[in-house]
Parts: sequence; C-alpha cells; structure tokens
Amino acid sequence: MAINWYKFASPASFYPLAGRLVPWFWILAAVLIVIGLYLGFVVAPTDYKQGEAYRIMFIHVPAAWMSMFIYIVMAIYAGLALVLKTRLSTMMATALAPTGAMFTFVALWTGAFWGKPMWGAWWVWDARLTSELILLFLYIGYMSLYAAIDDPRRAARASGLLAIVGAVNVPIIYFSVKWWNTLHQGASISFGQAPTMAATMLAAMGIMALGFWMYTIAVVLMRVRCEILERERHSDWVQEMVSRGTYG
Amino acid sequence: MAEFLDMGGYGFYIWGSYLVTGVLMVLEVILVRRRRSQLKRRLDRMGRMQSHEEETRLDHEIET
Amino acid sequence: MKSRHKRLALVAVGLVGLGVATTLVLRAFNSNLVFFFSPTQVAAKESPQGRSFRLGGLVEQGSLKRDDNGLTVHFVVTDTSVNIPVTFTGILPDLFREGQGVVAQGKLSPDGVFMADEVLAKHDEKYMPPEVADALEKAKDVNAQMSGTSLAKSGTEGKP
Repeated sequence: MAINWYKFASPASFYPLAGRLVPWFWILAAVLIVIGLYLGFVVAPTDYKQGEAYRIMFIHVPAAWMSMFIYIVMAIYAGLALVLKTRLSTMMATALAPTGAMFTFVALWTGAFWGKPMWGAWWVWDARLTSELILLFLYIGYMSLYAAIDDPRRAARASGLLAIVGAVNVPIIYFSVKWWNTLHQGASISFGQAPTMAATMLAAMGIMALGFWMYTIAVVLMRVRCEILERERHSDWVQEMVSRGTYG
Repeated sequence: MAEFLDMGGYGFYIWGSYLVTGVLMVLEVILVRRRRSQLKRRLDRMGRMQSHEEETRLDHEIET
Repeated sequence: MKSRHKRLALVAVGLVGLGVATTLVLRAFNSNLVFFFSPTQVAAKESPQGRSFRLGGLVEQGSLKRDDNGLTVHFVVTDTSVNIPVTFTGILPDLFREGQGVVAQGKLSPDGVFMADEVLAKHDEKYMPPEVADALEKAKDVNAQMSGTSLAKSGTEGKP
C-alpha cells in the first residue's frame, strides 16, 4: 500500500482533502443529473401501461436506493466509531444522516405522487411503504438522539447504537416485496436477472442514481467539514487557520 | 411546450415530484453553506477575542 | 473496570433491543401487513371473517360490467384457480384494466360477492414502450397458437 490511509482518518488531514474533492463531485453530480433528465424526458419512450406517469420513477427509485445505501454507510461509520473510537467516523455518520433523511422523504413523497394516479391512493400501509416510513423515523431518531445528549462521546455512543440496531430495517425494506403481499410492485432490477425494463429507461434511471450518489458525496463532504471545524475548534491546526483567517 | 408540461395528463404528479425533489436538494446545499459561513464568523470572533487576550497579557507582562 | 461493565451493559441492552425490534416488526408485518388475500385464501377461509379485508388478484378478462348509473361496476377477481365476484361503486384508478392486478378493500357478503368500498390497481415491475409490448403480445399469441395451451397462464406472469 503506497497510500497511508490511516493518515486520512485524522480530521486534520481529511479536512483539506475533502475540501479539494467537493468541487469535482459537484461537477460530476450536475453533469450526470442533466444527462439523466435528458434521457428520462426526451429519449426514454412512453410506457405501454402507465403512459407518462412512470417518469416519476427516474427520481423515485434512485432516491429510494440512496435512502437505504446511505443508512448502511452511516451504520458502518457508527460501528467503526464504537469499535475503533475514531473521531472522524462519528463525524461522517452524523454528516450522512440529514442527506439520508432527505432522500427517504423524497422517496416517500414521489411514491405518493406516483401511487395516487396509478394505484388510486396516495398512501397504503403495505410492508414496503411502512418499512420505508420506519427508515425516515430511524434517521430522525438518530439525529435527535445525537443532538439531545450534551457530552459528544456519550451522544456518539447512544446514537451509534441506534444506527446499528436500525440497520436491520434496510433488508426488510428491500425484501418486503418478496416476503409479503404488497401493493408495491417487485424489483425491476435484481441480481442474476435481466432487468424488466426498456434499455433507455434503465439508462436514465441508472445515470440519475449515479448523479444522486455524487450529489450525496459532495454535500456530505461539505457537511463533514463543518462538523470537523466545530468539534476540533480548540485543536492547534484549527487555531492556526483561525489566526490566519482562512479556512481552506 | 404546453403538451410537454401536460405529460399526458399526469403533469401535476410528475412536476409535483420533480419540483419538490429539486427544491429539497437545493435547500440542503443552501443550509450547509449557511452553516459553514456562520461557523466561520464564530471562529473569527473567537480568534479576535483570543488575540485580544494575548495582547493584554503581553502588555501586562511587559509592564511588570 | 466500571466503564467496561457499563459498556458491556449498553451493548447487551442494544442487542436485546435489536432482537425485540426485529421480532416486533416481523410479527406486525405477518399479522397486520399481509396487504391482501388471494381468492384461494378467501375460499379456504384464511381471510378475516365478518370484517373488512383486502382481496388481491387479477381482473378476469371480459368480466367487467357497468350498471346503468355508470358508477357501480361488477367484475371478477381471479388467481386462475378461484374466482370471486366483486361489486364496487366509485371511481376506478387509471390503471384498472381487465387482465391487470387489482387490490380491493371490503367485506364478503353471505352470497359470496365481495362488496368493495375501495379499489386500488396493482401494476407489475415491467416498463417498456407500447411497440415492444405489442410485439411481445403478438409473439405470445403465436406461441399460444403453436402450443394451444398457454392461454390460461398468460395472465399470471405479471405477478412478482
């Protein structure tokens, strides 16, 4: 290993690295989302059954994927924080939560706007929708628990435990459409199976998902930089930046 | 254009989804940027107070 | 020493919490979140008796009839082995079509007709342009003529 990864586990060296990476992820996110929208609204054909309404899928599915993926990454960071007691891990976990909650809300909202015209209902209490709603509560619970406890180390421990316990909900969301009778349809894309979707629709959805992913990295890196500055404000390297008046 | 916005009668649902998603994503970025600028201001204030304390301490040391 | 005990206790509490949360969620899903019952389950009296439940299946081809008032509809929900007649008064969702999935909420009347007060459309996970759908449909018809057997099955493919 030529790169010493442990070096970047220290907030002092991660802070400037994150700062250099942010613009690149913004460019990637913007380009991918613009291409995704073009494919989704101009290239992708009208669906044979749902007409134009299915185009909500191009944000609904990527948002739902991100809501689950971000939770898993957040739980891994929370676990690392508990086991290795690295400061940066907790900061990453807390920086991920608001974006995860935002995408969970987007998945629910766009789902309602898709369900009303297609199914005939904004909301139903089926297993897929209910477990995704529980995910939103888990994000909110994690953030409020972390904010409620004054001592940062105790806050990290308690909320980290909640994040890890809550991770059991993610496979439940994913497999709910297989395990139970749901109104929500099954997955169009799954491992070891050809996708049940026209190629251009699939491309639009995939590129949107990549765009959302890059957006997430960009905004989370920005947030973790705030987190680092706040938590480390008494450390020498932050003090040095303060005395110079520049924050990288 | 009007036909595009109508989306085969589903315009309300499609644009209702995309608009809210876009607004939330932009809003999140604005909030993070605001948090950073507020933090900078606070750190600047902290820095000025410290240098002020240091000056008075130095003055004090020189005087005695 | 004390802090280690504390930490152990915390982890234990966390694990117990995990177990309890999992069982609760799974139990809740199994008892209350079986979203709908199939006609076969209803025929076997597995659905709740005497109270409202959801019936899910496919709308049988050619079974949809409208009353003269235009609002009350009659159709048959099938899972290809058991058929249940349904009566509903109200507006049907856009995706409600013969041969498509449907979930109806209501009660079973003594004469075996399901009186629905809400009808939702259930669609599958397939998305394609109309031309492709037409081509697939034609290919299926050709296959059906060649073998002459698969017609009855054609409706069930959409189920995930």
